[in-house]
Amino acid sequence: MVAISGFAELDSSNSFELSGDTEVALYRSMLRIRYIEETLATLYKEKEMRTPTHFGVGQEGVAVGVCEALRKDDAIYTHHRCHTHYLAKGGNLLGLVAELYGRVDGCSQGRGGSVHLTDRSVGMLGSSPILGQGIALAVGTALAYQMDGINRVAASFFGEGTLDEGIAYECFNYAAVNKLPVLFVCENNFYATESPLKTRQPAGTELCDRARAFKVESQKVDGNDVAAVYDATLKAVERIRGGGGPFFLECETYRWLEHVGPMFDHELNRSYRTQAEVESWMLRCPVKRSAQRLLYKSIASQPQLDQWMAEVQSEMTVAVAQAKASPWPKPEDLFNNVY
Amino acid sequence: MERDANIFVTGIAVDYPSGIFGSTTDAVKRFGPKRVFDAPAMENALTGIAIGAAAVGKRPVIVHPRNDFMFLAFDMMINLAAKWKYMYGGNAGNVPIVVRAVIGKGWGQGASHSQSLQSALAHFPGLHVVMPAFPADAKGLMMSALKSDCPVIMLEHRTLYDTAGDVPEGEHYTPIGKAAVVRAGSDLTIVATSFMAYEALHAAEQLAKEGVSAEVVDVRSIRPLDEETILASVRKTGRLIVADTSWELCGFTSEVAALAAEKAFNALKAPVRRINVANCPAPVSQPLEKAFYPTATTIARAALSMLGKQTVTFGDIDRDDNFKGPY
Repeated sequence: MVAISGFAELDSSNSFELSGDTEVALYRSMLRIRYIEETLATLYKEKEMRTPTHFGVGQEGVAVGVCEALRKDDAIYTHHRCHTHYLAKGGNLLGLVAELYGRVDGCSQGRGGSVHLTDRSVGMLGSSPILGQGIALAVGTALAYQMDGINRVAASFFGEGTLDEGIAYECFNYAAVNKLPVLFVCENNFYATESPLKTRQPAGTELCDRARAFKVESQKVDGNDVAAVYDATLKAVERIRGGGGPFFLECETYRWLEHVGPMFDHELNRSYRTQAEVESWMLRCPVKRSAQRLLYKSIASQPQLDQWMAEVQSEMTVAVAQAKASPWPKPEDLFNNVY
Repeated sequence: MERDANIFVTGIAVDYPSGIFGSTTDAVKRFGPKRVFDAPAMENALTGIAIGAAAVGKRPVIVHPRNDFMFLAFDMMINLAAKWKYMYGGNAGNVPIVVRAVIGKGWGQGASHSQSLQSALAHFPGLHVVMPAFPADAKGLMMSALKSDCPVIMLEHRTLYDTAGDVPEGEHYTPIGKAAVVRAGSDLTIVATSFMAYEALHAAEQLAKEGVSAEVVDVRSIRPLDEETILASVRKTGRLIVADTSWELCGFTSEVAALAAEKAFNALKAPVRRINVANCPAPVSQPLEKAFYPTATTIARAALSMLGKQTVTFGDIDRDDNFKGPY
């Protein structure tokens, strides 16, 4: 487990004047996701969860910053590394944990696994591991909102690897032509599985320029600064709701664990990135930065932070116990929901 | 579209004056550009967009002027639409998209404007794949598709657009998954798809003149496949010819042959015969194109051969290829 203590040399300042309540909400959501993901990663090693799992540890700032700025009835679609978004949007915790254990209380009744999550009650419409699908889905949902005159936004989370897919550009173009209410959130964590940017993009590439080429308004933010993500999303969404058309947000962030699975790359002697690089990003931990800001601004005390942690631990302990106690799907139900 | 305001139609050329061989022309006039609108050439993205709209209550109809362009949409159709309900355990709702795609034939359509993809698509659980051969079913299957809660792919043969026939007024539903015995017979069964069902009927008419009573089953629906109707006919006649608009290997004709072998073997008096397009890409040059496609004559000759009768000259029983291009 990665310790969430010791605030070291972190930068406590930023230029975003958020209310204390907002700062607290952002922190608590990130803390909760961090603890849940780390707990799941630890439990994953027991080999009872049999579903390829892409942990989002380190990338919480993007999911939380965006989802806190959206409304509950706005829609999101996401990709294979989707637990962060599911939880940030308010997805049911037991639904996530039981899904990983393949049980009937899973959000997809044990049919989908880690990469096929949904919780329509909170606008988390679906996740898919096939690159680019979520972008098209969000554009289509935005098209439906526009046709029906519903003032909602559809958001799509995707990694920068998806910008290697042609479908991304087809969707940017279509959304811009039709001024659709869609938010494109690119989580640039610099690696597509284990391929670094330099093997996939010409030197000097700015992803925002690609979106701008299709007349999509764009902005790059520090994805590990949840306040920056939140602030940028609020402004983007306000613009979208006002009929301004699609918006592209590039959030630079970093995945701490291996592409798929619960280990650190260096534990498995993988050489595509160095332990030093990973550790340099761990110093920019979005959760720690948020905690430090709460303390620095005297919005919360250390005992208060500890109390929130205890609450998350308690919630997760219950969810894991419930998930493990949840029944397996019955073989005679194999064909349910094919049609 | 009158009954359900959530239906919209999109795809390349749907609002052109030519209106996909006239099939969308009236829809444009009656429902206007908000419900019938052109799209950029982005088959896969458009399909994903349709699924995203369907996920929140719309009933999109996508049209591909040729099957061949639909390969680019296989990811969305197969990886997403087909599996949506299942892989979210029924908790993400349904995505009832309808995909229409035209099968080209004649006037040198060639290798990449003539394919028909029913076998490939019917392979995947979660999709429904239908192929109307006659006018009443063109309406009836579309009406059923627009009421269905699952993704439906409707493959329409270009050659059949100018076929005349009775079409019921008002609400008319052809059930998806139900074949039709379009001609009763006792000597052999011809199970056929789309254009080949039309050709099979003509073959049966000529065979009758030779004293052969052929039963013709228009399957109409590839998935789900109406095994019951096919097997009942095979058990009655004891002989089976299967004719399809695509290739043999791993295809529809092989599927039906396997069905007969597994479930009606004891009723078979002769080996099953499959009739397909030639085992090569579609050529352009006229004599090659003629050699590539099976016709009513191909079916009739196969029937006589199966019955041990001498081949006769059937005359000109094959449908005229009266299509004059340009596309």
